[in-house]
Amino acid sequence: MNEMQLKFLSRSENEVFARNAVAAFALPLEPSLSELSDVKTAVSEAVTNCIVHGYAGGEGWITVLCRTDGDRLELEISDEGKGIEDVERALQPFYTSLAGEERSGMGFTIMQTFMTEFSVVSEVGKGTRVRMSKRFGAGAPQRAANAQ
Amino acid sequence: MQMMGSRRGDNLYIFLSGELDEHTVADVRTRTDRLIDENAGLSRAVFNLAGLKFMDSTGIGFLIGRYKKLRKYGMAMFLEQPEPNADKILSLSGIYSLMPKI
Repeated sequence: MNEMQLKFLSRSENEVFARNAVAAFALPLEPSLSELSDVKTAVSEAVTNCIVHGYAGGEGWITVLCRTDGDRLELEISDEGKGIEDVERALQPFYTSLAGEERSGMGFTIMQTFMTEFSVVSEVGKGTRVRMSKRFGAGAPQRAANAQ
Repeated sequence: MQMMGSRRGDNLYIFLSGELDEHTVADVRTRTDRLIDENAGLSRAVFNLAGLKFMDSTGIGFLIGRYKKLRKYGMAMFLEQPEPNADKILSLSGIYSLMPKI
């Protein structure tokens, strides 16, 4: 069992830092390259949501909590931004509240597909919290930690 | 994030490399659109993704945006050599029905 917490400002330049930090934290669990890539993508999606939707380009704090438990990585990514009015609609593939902005509406779908467990809790005016977990070892035998 | 263009016959090749996310997309969008404008009138644009080490759903929005721009010029769009990470997202999004993987 291990834990880590990251807290950073909602600037897009922090996305690469956040996904790589979580990936580095997960390495002792010996994920495959593909599993690690799934985690990085899911983190990137969640953090992008905080920046683009939660704070809508303004500045605020994003918190990433990571916990390992056996072969499982648990993540909690939250903001204190504007929240989601209709979570059910936001979860629909291809739905985006920013239709004029070349947004794919695939963020939540990717998080749900790439991670083992996923849930989102949001309150308008308070913020949004995404919880995700991934169990490693179900897929390919190649291990990222031993790959280089 | 790097973008390089190359014209071969009637094809415009666009090589993307680096990490495509919310932070890097604006600059690569501007440069790619300029390249497309300069090469309007060709038949096809082929996006080579071999150097794209990371992409999230921002990349889907970017590619669909370029698809719409190319369509106005009557140019078809294709994707080639995506890395496994990008390929997984592209397949999930169904984008290959708009811009086939060759």
